[in-house]
Amino acid sequence: MTDAAARQTSRYVSQAPFQPEDDDAANVPNPPNFMARLRAQRLAYLAFGVLLTLYAMLPFIEFLAPYDSETRNPDAIYAPPQSVRLFHDGEFRGPFVYGYSARVNEETFKREFTIDKTKVQPLRFFCAGEAYHFLGFIPANTRLICAAPGESLFLLGSDRLGRDVLSRVLYGGRVSLTIGLFGVTISLVLGVFFGVLAGYVGGWVDTVILRIIETLRSLPELPIWMALAAALPAAWSPLWIYFGITLILGLLDWPGLARAVRARVLALREEEFAIAARLMGASPARIMTLHMAPNFMSHLIASATLAVPAMILGETALSFLGLGLKPPVTSWGVMLNEAQNLAVLEVYPWLLTPLIPVVVVVLAFNLLGDGLRDAADPFSR
Amino acid sequence: MLRYVAMRLLWMIPMLLFISALIFAIIQLPPGDYLTTQVFELEQQGQAGAQAKAQFLRKEYNLDRPLHEQYLIWLGLMEGSRGYSGLLQGDWGQSFEFQKPVADIVAHAIGPTIAINALAVLVIYFVAVPLGVLAAVRKNSVIDGTISTLIYVAMAIPGFLLALLLLYYANRVFGLGIGGLMDPQYENAPWSWEKLGSIVSHMIIPVLVIAAGAAAAMTRRMRANLLDELEKPYVAAARARGLSETKVIWKYPVRMAFSPFIADIGDLLPGLVSGSVIVSVVLSLPAVGPILVRALQSQDVYLASFIMLFVAILTVIGMLISDLLLAWLDPRIRLGQGARR
Repeated sequence: MTDAAARQTSRYVSQAPFQPEDDDAANVPNPPNFMARLRAQRLAYLAFGVLLTLYAMLPFIEFLAPYDSETRNPDAIYAPPQSVRLFHDGEFRGPFVYGYSARVNEETFKREFTIDKTKVQPLRFFCAGEAYHFLGFIPANTRLICAAPGESLFLLGSDRLGRDVLSRVLYGGRVSLTIGLFGVTISLVLGVFFGVLAGYVGGWVDTVILRIIETLRSLPELPIWMALAAALPAAWSPLWIYFGITLILGLLDWPGLARAVRARVLALREEEFAIAARLMGASPARIMTLHMAPNFMSHLIASATLAVPAMILGETALSFLGLGLKPPVTSWGVMLNEAQNLAVLEVYPWLLTPLIPVVVVVLAFNLLGDGLRDAADPFSR
Repeated sequence: MLRYVAMRLLWMIPMLLFISALIFAIIQLPPGDYLTTQVFELEQQGQAGAQAKAQFLRKEYNLDRPLHEQYLIWLGLMEGSRGYSGLLQGDWGQSFEFQKPVADIVAHAIGPTIAINALAVLVIYFVAVPLGVLAAVRKNSVIDGTISTLIYVAMAIPGFLLALLLLYYANRVFGLGIGGLMDPQYENAPWSWEKLGSIVSHMIIPVLVIAAGAAAAMTRRMRANLLDELEKPYVAAARARGLSETKVIWKYPVRMAFSPFIADIGDLLPGLVSGSVIVSVVLSLPAVGPILVRALQSQDVYLASFIMLFVAILTVIGMLISDLLLAWLDPRIRLGQGARR
C-alpha cells in the first residue's frame, strides 16, 4: 500500500518497516503505569496481597488442614472450639490445647462437650496425619498440625457429624474462591467477544446483540439463578454441578460487560488514533488488539474484579437456599446452610465461622476492584 | 415522544414472548414433573391406583402434551383440557402444591412483599443520600473514613447472614419478634392496634436487612458522584458569589449527583416484588420470594412461571419508565431517531 499511497499523496512515506523501538514517540516514558498507580492505592494493594495469599494457599489445603473435609468423629459431635495456649499453670508447655470432657445432659440426653482444663494436649507440627494425594496424584500424609496422639483437635469446633470446622472452611475455600474466578472468566470472554462484535461490526449484528443483551438484562437475576440452579439434574456428579453453577453465574453476568465494552469500542472507533490506524491499512484485528484493547482492558479488569464478589455471594446464597452446591461438596455456602437455624446458632455459634472468610474475601475483592478502577482511570476522580 | 413510547410498547410484545418461552423452558428443564415425585411417594406408601390418578391429573394439567404445546396452552393460544384458558384469557393456572389457583396465592403474598420492599426503598434513600453527601463534603475526614468503612463492611456481609445475626440479637436484646409477619396469636385476629404494633416490630429487621446492602452501594455511588460535581467550576462560582454553604451543596451539585440514580428507578419496580428473596426465606416472611423458591424446588410449573414472568414484565416496564424519566429530566437525552448509545 505504501508505494501507491506515497505516489497519490506525493508525501514522503518511509519504506522502512515500522520498528516501534526506533520511534521517538514510543520512547517517551509512560505516565506512571498501571501497577504503580495501583501501588499508590494502599488499601487496594493490601487487598491484592491478601487475595494472592489466599489463592496461593489453595493447592496446599490438604497440608494446612488438620483433617479431611469429610472425616467424621462420632465421639465429638458439636465440640466447641479449642484455643491454642502456651502456658499451663504459669508454666511454659509449648503450644497445646486443653482436651474435652464429655457429659450427658440429663434434660436433652445429648452429649455435651466442655473444655477440660486439666487435660494438656501438646500440638504436633509437620506430623503424619490422614493420607491424601498432594495435587491430586502425589501420595502424602504430612499435615501442618495434628492433635496429640489418640486425641482430637478442633480449633474452630466441630459440626453435627463431628467434622472439623477449620478443615472444612479451608476445603470450602477451594470451591468458593474458584467459582467466582471461573464465572468471571466465562463472563469476560463472552462479554468482550459480543461487545467488540457489536461495537465494531455494527449494523444488524449490533442490533441483534443489543436486543439479546436487553432481553437478558430484563430477566430478574436471582430468580433466574435459582431456576437454572434448580434445573441442574440431581443425578449429576458434584463436579458437574460445580461447573453448572459456574456457567450459570457467568452466563447471566456477561450482558453488563458486553454493554460496557460495546460503548467503549463505539467511542474509540471514532478516535483519531483508531482512524489513523485504519487509514494506514491496519487490519481490524490489529486495531482491536493493539490500539483499542489497551484503552478498555484496565477498565474491564476493574469491572470484572468487582463482579467476582457478587458471584461468590451468589454461590453462597444459592447453596444456602439448598439450590446450589450440595453436601458432598464443601463450600462456604454449603457450610452456612447448616447454620440456618436460630436454635442451632444459639447453642453452637461456631458454625457461623465460614462467614468470616466470606466477608474477608468479598471485602478484599471490592477494595481491589475500586483501586483498579481508580488506577485504570486516573481522571475519574 | 408518543411515537417512541408506542414503538417501545410494541417491542415489548416479542420480547415478553421470548422471555416467557425462556422462563417456561427453564422451569421445565429438570427431568420429570411435579406428579412424578407425587406418584413415587404414593407408590412408596403402597397406595394402589396412584398411576391411574396421576394419569388423570396429567391430562387435567396438560402435562401429557409436548413442551411447546404446554407453553401455548399456558399462554392461552391453544386448546387445553379446559378449552382455551391461559394467561391471555386471564387464567393464571393452578398451583399443584397448594391446590389453589395461582392468582389466589400471589394475591395473598403480594401485599406484604410490596410493603416490606417499599419501606426498604424509603430507608435506602433516606439513609444513603445524606450519608453520601456528608462523606463527600467531609472528604478524607474521620467521618468519611467511618462511613466508607461501614459501606465496605455492609457490602461484604451476605444479606441472609445479616438477617440471621440481627434476628438473633434483636430478639435477645430488644425482644423483637422472630420471623413471620406478626406474632402467631394475631394471625387470624381482626385488625387492632396491638396487631399493627406486632407487624411493625416484625418488619423492623427485614426492612433494615434488605436496605443495608443496597444503601451501602448507593451511599458509595452518591459520594463518588458528588465528589465529581464538587470539583466543577460552577460550585466555585456559587461560593464566590457568597451563597450559603448549604445552598452551594444542596441546591445544584446534589441534584446533579442524584440524576444517575434516576436510571435505577426502573429497577425499583421489579425489586418491589422480587427483591429480598433470600432474606424473606430466612425470616420466613409471607412474601413472594419464599413461594417462588418452593415452587422452583418442587417444579410447581405454573406458579413459578407466573411469578417469574410477572417480575420480568415489571422489569421491562421499569426500564421504559427509567428511560422516559431520564429524557424528561435531561433535555440533552434524545430518544429514538437512532441516537442510541
